[in-house]
Amino acid sequence: MSTTVPVKAQNVAAEKPNPEFVQLLNAEGTRLSDDTYDPWVSDVTGDQLASLYEDLIIVRRIDTEATALQRQGELGLWPPLFGQEAAQVGSARTLRPDDFVFSSYRENAVAYCRGVALQDLVRVWRGTAASGWDPFSVGMATPAVIIGAQTLHATGYAVGCKNDGVDSVAVAYFGDGATSEGDVSEAMIFAASFNAPVIFFCQNNQWAISEPVGLQAQRPIAERAPGFGIPSIRVDGNDVLAVMAATRSALDRARNGGGPTFIEAVTYRRGPHTTSDDPSRYVDPVVAKEWEARDPIARVEAFLRSEGILTDELAASIQSRADQVAAEFRHGCISLQNPEPLSVFDNVYATEHSGIARQKSQYKAYLEGFEK
Amino acid sequence: MTELTLAKALGSGLRRALSDDEKVVLLGEDIGKLGGVFRVTDGLQRDFGTERVMDTPLAEAGIIGMAVGLAFRGYRPVCEIQFDGFIYPGFDQIVAQVAKLHYRTAGNVRMPLTIRVPYGGGIGAVEHHSESPEAYFAHTAGLRVVTCSTPQDAHSMLREAIASDDPVLFFEPKRRYWTKGDVDEDAVGLPMGTARVVVEGTDVTLVTYGPLVATALDAAEAAANEGISVEVVDLRSLSPVDFDTVSASVQKTGRLVITHEASESGGLGAEIAATLTDRCFYYLEAAPVRITGFDVPYPPAKLEEHFLPDLDRILDGVDRALGRVNSLTGWSA
Ligand SMILES: Cc1ncc(C[n+]2csc(CCOP(=O)(O)OP(=O)(O)O)c2C)c(N)n1
Repeated sequence: MSTTVPVKAQNVAAEKPNPEFVQLLNAEGTRLSDDTYDPWVSDVTGDQLASLYEDLIIVRRIDTEATALQRQGELGLWPPLFGQEAAQVGSARTLRPDDFVFSSYRENAVAYCRGVALQDLVRVWRGTAASGWDPFSVGMATPAVIIGAQTLHATGYAVGCKNDGVDSVAVAYFGDGATSEGDVSEAMIFAASFNAPVIFFCQNNQWAISEPVGLQAQRPIAERAPGFGIPSIRVDGNDVLAVMAATRSALDRARNGGGPTFIEAVTYRRGPHTTSDDPSRYVDPVVAKEWEARDPIARVEAFLRSEGILTDELAASIQSRADQVAAEFRHGCISLQNPEPLSVFDNVYATEHSGIARQKSQYKAYLEGFEK
Repeated sequence: MTELTLAKALGSGLRRALSDDEKVVLLGEDIGKLGGVFRVTDGLQRDFGTERVMDTPLAEAGIIGMAVGLAFRGYRPVCEIQFDGFIYPGFDQIVAQVAKLHYRTAGNVRMPLTIRVPYGGGIGAVEHHSESPEAYFAHTAGLRVVTCSTPQDAHSMLREAIASDDPVLFFEPKRRYWTKGDVDEDAVGLPMGTARVVVEGTDVTLVTYGPLVATALDAAEAAANEGISVEVVDLRSLSPVDFDTVSASVQKTGRLVITHEASESGGLGAEIAATLTDRCFYYLEAAPVRITGFDVPYPPAKLEEHFLPDLDRILDGVDRALGRVNSLTGWSA
């Protein structure tokens, strides 16, 4: 099969394991058909799917490397995205450079897809900077640690786009836990009221640290948005194609004046919440095992192999490319220098502030005392 | 007496409070199975059940607001806010509701809430995980604000806070969670609202609280090696401040240094300096000195050593109060 042929459904009759969400590529790597969402990925060729597969491999490799760097004391903390690669790559790869992302701390794959430099992914986690990159250079705000805050920012940005008459879209990434915060409800209300071109992209990874999603939501999270007047899509978050299709449809809606869409990507956080978490206290290993079988990478690999697109040779070259990225990433991390002491006073205000200036020169005098 | 870490002493305080009074309930994020991210509530849900130790949805306004309703119903809720920087989504409920309900209802409604907040820096964390927001709350009438510095105080002060009919902001110095000390679970601690002279001295009064008490004690020891006698006062209570204890100390030493991690402007240090200047004007031999965090957001981990008052900066402040050569000698402001 030529790799430039669109990735079509193989088995139209195949039963979807979970009829509650959109799925185009099931856990076994079978391409399922879906009348509504197939058209949104009808142009995706085998080569393009292989390139998405490469992204998945690379972001997982970065994640593994970061976890190792944390264990080696090079990073203070790291929030792994292990298991959530497809949700992030599938959505982020559909965005245009002029769209704008507002994320939480776990969206390192989104950042990678937006073109954030590898070294910039770790500045904050290494503790050398308060933020890793210039948001305007990559169309992505620096991550919000305060849960849910970014959903309001995305809404505001989207209203700005609409007022400016451009068809750029803002995307807010957040977790299932975040949906309990008042900010997220307020964001949905504002987005609906102003018909904002914003996508609320919820990665339901089943956990908010130790709290299962059932504590935050008694019904599928996607059901919440319609109550605010926002249509929603529940998608298999471990299916890169389905995520892509759902995001494209939401983007299209937003660009054409249709307003906000809520996407719930159903996925699973396979690792700890962060490197300081101990999931053995609350995760049922049997359930974890079930999710392992729904891994987002394995299914793409199985499909690509069955189509003859992924050969051993290609797999090896992707792997070596991932290793190369990981090496570059590691080097970028360990070569980050500690900031100058007096930089602690930088950028508190955009304009001169006499109080800071005074403290800064006092502290300078203090530090100089040690040199004498 | 048992030797416990400060975190375990808090846990044992919560356990006692839960056993002693069935109206005590705990609520917060991850406090159940996980036992809290610092394990302070470890094992409590297992032993007291999910109705008394409640994992809540991820919403701080929800936690505090629900506690208000529980208090209306006669409960004594103990809320855990996971980290200092996450108290702000619940800020409105605390300052506009919790603080004012007793006053607003002519004393008819009690708000015996305890709001536990791990606070302060020095653990190399990312943003929003190292803040010292105590001044916002000390500024709000209707709230009591306390903080502990030893396992014994952690245990007894927490029990006292839970027993209090007033709402208490209970700040836990997170970088001291692993400090060990003897704890007598039956000891009746100093009454709420009182400061403690930890080390007596005659040359300078050094006032501090929470995470910096240990640093201040180190500084006092270093100063003693230079022949300077420093009296260290652990405030314990930030609202009200025990000005009688601080005044008595300053009347003895004639010099005052205040140190805290929180930023300087509008902080507790300013309040103490102003009140002590007022109360001890004729005893003071030098202007009160503040050694605090700078007026900048809490910086990234690799810069926190330049933000947090440490032994050297405190000693520099002591020198200043004594009129000895110090970093500001010759500095023109
Ligand atoms: C306002 C606020 N409260 C609490 C926290 C502490 N905290 C950090 S992550 C987290 C869980 C978030 O879960 P979820 O929204 O599902 O996102 P996930 O981490 O699973 O991606 C909590 C409670 C925080 N960062 N912000």
